[in-house]
Amino acid sequence: MKRKLVMIGNGMAGVRCMEEILKRNREAFEITIIGDEPHPNYNRIMLSNVLQGKTEMKDINMNEWDWYKNNQITLYTDEKVIEIVPEKKEIKTDKGKRIDYDELIIATGSSAFILPIQGHQLEGVIGFRTIQDTEYMIETAKQYKKAVVIGGGLLGLEAARGLIDRGMDVYVVHLLPSLMEQQLDATAAKMLKKDLEAQGMKFLMEKQTTEIHGDGRVEGITFSDGTSIECDLVVMAVGIRPNIDLAKNAGLNINRGIIVNDFMQTSIPTIYAVGECSEHNGITYGLVAPLYEQGIALADHITEIKTNGYRGSILSTQLKVAGCDLFSGGQIHEDDDTQAIIVQDQFAGLYKKVLVKDNKVVGVVLYGDSSDGTRLFSMLKKGTDISAFTSAAVLQKAGEDAVGEMIAEMSAEETVCGCNGVTKGTIVQAILEQELNTYEEVKTCTKAGASCGKCRGVVEGILAHTLGDSFDAAAEKTGMCVCTTFTRDEVVAEIKAKGLQTPKEVRNVLGFINEEGCPTCRPALNYYMRMLRPEEYEDDKASRFVNERMEGNIQKDGTFSVIPRMYGGTTTGEELIRLGEVAKKYNVPLVKITGASRVGLYGVKKEDVPQVWEELGMRSGYAYSKSLRNVKSCVGSRFCRFGTQDALGLGIKLEKAIEMVDTPHKMKMGVSGCPRNCAEALTKDFGVICVENGFQLYLGGNGGTEVRECDSFITVKTEEEVVAMAKAYTQYYRETGIYNERTAPWIERIGAENIKEVLLNEKMSTELAASFDKAKNTYEEAWSNALHNKQKKDMFEIIKK
Amino acid sequence: MKAEKRKVKIAELDHLPKQIGKEVHVNGKSIALFHLENGAIRAIGSTCPHTNGPLAEGIVSGEYVFCPLKNWKVSLITGEVQKPDDGIVETYKTEIHDGFVYIEV
Repeated sequence: MKRKLVMIGNGMAGVRCMEEILKRNREAFEITIIGDEPHPNYNRIMLSNVLQGKTEMKDINMNEWDWYKNNQITLYTDEKVIEIVPEKKEIKTDKGKRIDYDELIIATGSSAFILPIQGHQLEGVIGFRTIQDTEYMIETAKQYKKAVVIGGGLLGLEAARGLIDRGMDVYVVHLLPSLMEQQLDATAAKMLKKDLEAQGMKFLMEKQTTEIHGDGRVEGITFSDGTSIECDLVVMAVGIRPNIDLAKNAGLNINRGIIVNDFMQTSIPTIYAVGECSEHNGITYGLVAPLYEQGIALADHITEIKTNGYRGSILSTQLKVAGCDLFSGGQIHEDDDTQAIIVQDQFAGLYKKVLVKDNKVVGVVLYGDSSDGTRLFSMLKKGTDISAFTSAAVLQKAGEDAVGEMIAEMSAEETVCGCNGVTKGTIVQAILEQELNTYEEVKTCTKAGASCGKCRGVVEGILAHTLGDSFDAAAEKTGMCVCTTFTRDEVVAEIKAKGLQTPKEVRNVLGFINEEGCPTCRPALNYYMRMLRPEEYEDDKASRFVNERMEGNIQKDGTFSVIPRMYGGTTTGEELIRLGEVAKKYNVPLVKITGASRVGLYGVKKEDVPQVWEELGMRSGYAYSKSLRNVKSCVGSRFCRFGTQDALGLGIKLEKAIEMVDTPHKMKMGVSGCPRNCAEALTKDFGVICVENGFQLYLGGNGGTEVRECDSFITVKTEEEVVAMAKAYTQYYRETGIYNERTAPWIERIGAENIKEVLLNEKMSTELAASFDKAKNTYEEAWSNALHNKQKKDMFEIIKK
Repeated sequence: MKAEKRKVKIAELDHLPKQIGKEVHVNGKSIALFHLENGAIRAIGSTCPHTNGPLAEGIVSGEYVFCPLKNWKVSLITGEVQKPDDGIVETYKTEIHDGFVYIEV
């Protein structure tokens, strides 16, 4: 039965969170949303653009009515929730509705803070937060002339600029000596003020408003120093207050906001809070990017996806005022622990400050040219060690290569446009699917860059990166195949994040150029799907390369090889007789001991293959597969006078434990009974050398095209430990390897130390081995399975007329 | 003298899984028959002009099959090998009638 999920609030953070939940699981919930504004969800950030006449009101809806309908969401607008009753798991609305819930999300946002001074209730005094406020300002500007904006922060300055654009005469009143003091240092703030003054904005700094006066409508305001000015409109932009009354009355823990944990749970676990109304680690946020991150954490949790939860956000800001190019992120002011790299060109109006602590960027303030903001902020978020750069190089404008590299490294989930929550993946998909060629097109289509525009440089970089030239070597190198520019890791991340169920869905959602994929991505996606969803996903034979589809290697004349399993290279007289008889009966042209210590029948005609299997009555040796081929072993202590352990017995155990399960590429293992290493274990994907006191393990060797000697790992005491480690290792390779990548390049790419660290972490190692077992349970021996399945058996039949 | 073509009943459509080729021998000719994802049926000569690879065993995507030996891409509509490689294989007209597939040979 579906759980009842109710959300109070129909704003950006909440609805975005709901979108994330639907992406993960469309079936789990029966969803109700109650919002007190009369609109569907719109983009609040765009209101200052609307006010400034840069955007039309009709263009700022983020979710149209149809979206709610199509997702079977019950939506009540213009309706206020007046009480939450946690004991009954029920909410009450001002229209007398009672709605019960299994889980409740509070996304009530915040309200503009209105200074509680005399006259604040007069006509013409408003905050700046809603469509209604914006419409009110636009209407006022048509009839009145003089406006005062109280508050010289981000929102106040944007409102002031909008009112100037609407023809009003505007004063900005600010309590402190410096504008945008939360985002700018004194130098940058001074430059900003000068530029705004040149645009006609007037400032009254260090003024505290004490009274608003007027008769019915506002006529002027008075300050604490006794001075006053006349005005017809007062816009209060002095901050926001989280809307927490409902939560407070319901008995939830609150402080400034509703207190939540890393999974956005309030003090009652079935009630979540997300967005501006919540308080995480003592912080309430008022910018949109962190709210999206919170939505993702909540969505993961409520759909039972394990994550580390929300860890707080580092903020960055840009002002949406033409002619004032600024960027600020992280720490603003120097302190004893930080060093500042500063470049200032007063003549050109440029200022750049990067704060560095322990060789890492911890703060960025840019004024005059913010095009480097994304690069520096990305270094800040990633904690890039900059000791290799000279101070000047940190500030140097990144060359094209560096930008390209940064974009290539970005994951599909990384947010490019913080204002509208647009990820790199969404942009790439839109470029490919809708054949976009310019920044403007991307902006119209995805809304990336449509608000503050600070992401323009990155969007253009993504365009260049994605379009390139289809034959461009760089593009092919980064994408997993010609169909997409997404890399393997990005695709796997998208499958997990979006809960994609089939390769077809992956290609569709991620905008692969070929709807049905290509010979590179088809088998790869089939592999990733089955790796990620071993119990749900059904293997797609049509996406398997012929060898795996037919469970035998195709030979150059179109015949097949039949190589049965011989655990550890062992067989019996009975089996050898059967092999001989079958070889004679079907005129098998070549019978050979293979490189992997078993008997192979080569040149079996396609239509004979099932018969040959049946008559042999042996298991498949998977000699054609991307999975464990064999475990090569010497006879060990059973017969050899040097043998220290039962190498053969362990080889057989290993082969039985790991066989059949798909891996990114084929795997070979070896167990040698002593350091003389007759089984050549040091050039295997997983090698074991038996010694007197246990088993030495070796990883990532290869005896193929490029010979690679194994990395030495650890010595374990028991055979059980060897098998458990082999499972964990194989599973880690399955989960992180690129399809068609052997363990040797994989270990080089991921790093031997990283792999060892994971395997030595007992918890991770145990989990990996358990995941491997879970996957293995879904595999059946291939040949007997095919013999019992008419459709598979039919594949070998040739129709003759 | 030009050989007369005739329609040959091959198989029940339902017995042909999508995107998995079927090798068919008719009048001494070896033909690769495909049931595409979009439901269409296509038939072309079964050997790739490059190294005689069995096209019936190739991976199918849209209206193309990729030779399992060297990955040449062959159009199932025109029989043409796609650039940068060159060559062409024969194409055969197909028909679906009462749930059965016919090839004109």
